[in-house]
Amino acid sequence: MSWAFLRDLLSGVNKYSTGFGRIWVAVVFMFRLLVYVAATENIWKHEHDEFECNIKQPGCENVCFDHFFPISHIRLCALQLIMVSTPSLLVVFHVAYRENREKHHNQKLYKNPGKIDGGLLCTYLISLILKTGLEIVFLVLFYKLYNGFKIPPLVKCDIKPCPNTVDCYISKPTEKMIFLYFLVATSCLCIALNLGELTYLIFKYSIKCYLKRHVKKQQ
Amino acid sequence: MDWGSLHSFLGGVNKHSTSIGKIWLTVLFIFRIMILVVAAEIVWGDEQYDFVCNTLQPGCKNVCYDHFFPISHIRLWALQLIFVSTPALLVAMHVAYRRHEKKRQFSKGDQKCEFKDMEEIRKQRFRIEGSLWWTYTSSIFFRLIFEAVFMYAFYFMYDGFRMPRLMKCNAWPCPNTVDCFVSRPTEKTVFTIFMIAVSSICILLNVAELCYLLTKFFLRRSKKAGNSKQQPNHENKEETKQNEMNELISDSCQNTVIGFSS
Repeated sequence: MSWAFLRDLLSGVNKYSTGFGRIWVAVVFMFRLLVYVAATENIWKHEHDEFECNIKQPGCENVCFDHFFPISHIRLCALQLIMVSTPSLLVVFHVAYRENREKHHNQKLYKNPGKIDGGLLCTYLISLILKTGLEIVFLVLFYKLYNGFKIPPLVKCDIKPCPNTVDCYISKPTEKMIFLYFLVATSCLCIALNLGELTYLIFKYSIKCYLKRHVKKQQ
Repeated sequence: MDWGSLHSFLGGVNKHSTSIGKIWLTVLFIFRIMILVVAAEIVWGDEQYDFVCNTLQPGCKNVCYDHFFPISHIRLWALQLIFVSTPALLVAMHVAYRRHEKKRQFSKGDQKCEFKDMEEIRKQRFRIEGSLWWTYTSSIFFRLIFEAVFMYAFYFMYDGFRMPRLMKCNAWPCPNTVDCFVSRPTEKTVFTIFMIAVSSICILLNVAELCYLLTKFFLRRSKKAGNSKQQPNHENKEETKQNEMNELISDSCQNTVIGFSS
C-alpha cells in the first residue's frame, strides 16, 4: 500500500470528471503528490534527530519537540492529500451502483451510467463541496497549529524537565518554509479549481433546466 | 507514486511530439531523472548529517546549514524537473479534448467521420497542425522559461555552480566566526556541473524544436499561399482532411491525458 494506490484510485475517477476535474487531478498528481514523494518527504525525514536544544538535560529535547510539533507538517500534508482525494470515490461508487442496477434489471436504465446527470450530478456536487471543505479545514488547521505558515529557526522552550528557558533549533527551516508555501499555494489552486467546477456545473445544468421548461411551455 | 508515474504521463505525449521532442524526453529521463534518483540523491543524502562545524555550540550547525543551503540542490532539481515536465500536459489535455469531440461525433454516426471504429481513432498517428501547433509551441516556450528560471535561481542562490569545502559562518548562536565543512564537495560539484550541462542541452533542444516548428509553419504558409492561387479547392479539401485526421489522431491519446490507464 503506497501512494500508487491513491493514484490508481483517482485514475478511475478521472473517467467521470469534467475538464476542470481532470485539471484538478493533474494538479494533485504533479504538484502535490509527486512533489511530496520526490522532495518534501526527504526534507522532514530526520526532523526529530536534527532538532537540537542548547541543553544536556535528558528528555528536554523530546518534550520540546513534542510541544512545538504535535503533528508533523508532513503528516498533516499526507492526511490532507488522502482526505481531499477521497470524496471523488463517491462518484465512482454511484456509477458502479448504476451499472449494478442495470445488470440486476437486465435492461438499459440509463443512457450512459457515467454521464453526470440526475442523481450522479448531486453526488458529483456533494463530492466537490466536500473536497473544498476539507481543503479549507486543513489549511485552517495548519494555520492554527503552527501560528501561520512560518517555520522559525529558533524556538524557546521551558517545559519540564527543561530546567529553564532553553533555545531549540529547528533543522532546515527555510527549505521547509519554501515547500510549505508551495503546498499551501497548490492547495489554494485546488480550491479555486473546485469552486470553478462547482460554478460551471450549477450554471450549465440551470441553463439546461431552463431551456427544457421553455421548450415544454412552447409545446 | 514516484518518477515512474511521470514517465507514464509523458510517455503518451511522446507519441505526438516531433523527433527533437522525443530526443528531449529521452535526455530528460535518462540523463536527468535517472541520474537524480540513482546517484544524486545518494550523494546529497547525508548532507546535513555530515555538515560539520568547528564548534560544540548546540544549534550553530543547524543555523549555519540553513543559512548556506536555503533549499537543497536536490530539491531544486526535483522541482525543476516537475515544472519542466508539466507543459507537456497542456498538449495531452488539448489532444484529449479533441479526441473526446471526435468520439462524440463518431458515436453519433457522423458521416464526416472517416474512421471505422474507436481503435482506429486511437491508433492514428498525429501531426502538429492547427490549434494544436499553438498549444505545442506554447508548451515548449514554457519549458524554456522554466529551465532558464531555475538555472538562474540556482546560480543566484549558490553563487555559481561550485561547492566549496569550507564555509565561514557567524550566524547566532555561533559564538564567533566558525569553520563549517561540507560533506563530499567535489562529488557534489561534479554532479552539479553535470546536471547544469544536461539542463543546457535540454534548453538547446527546446530552442531547436521551436525553430523547427516556426520554420515548418512559415514554409507551410508560403506553400498554401502559392498553391491557393493555382488550385484553391484541392488545397482546401486536403487541409480539411488533414485537420480532421489531426483531430482524430489527437483524440487517440485520451488515455494518456493524465497517463493513468494501465
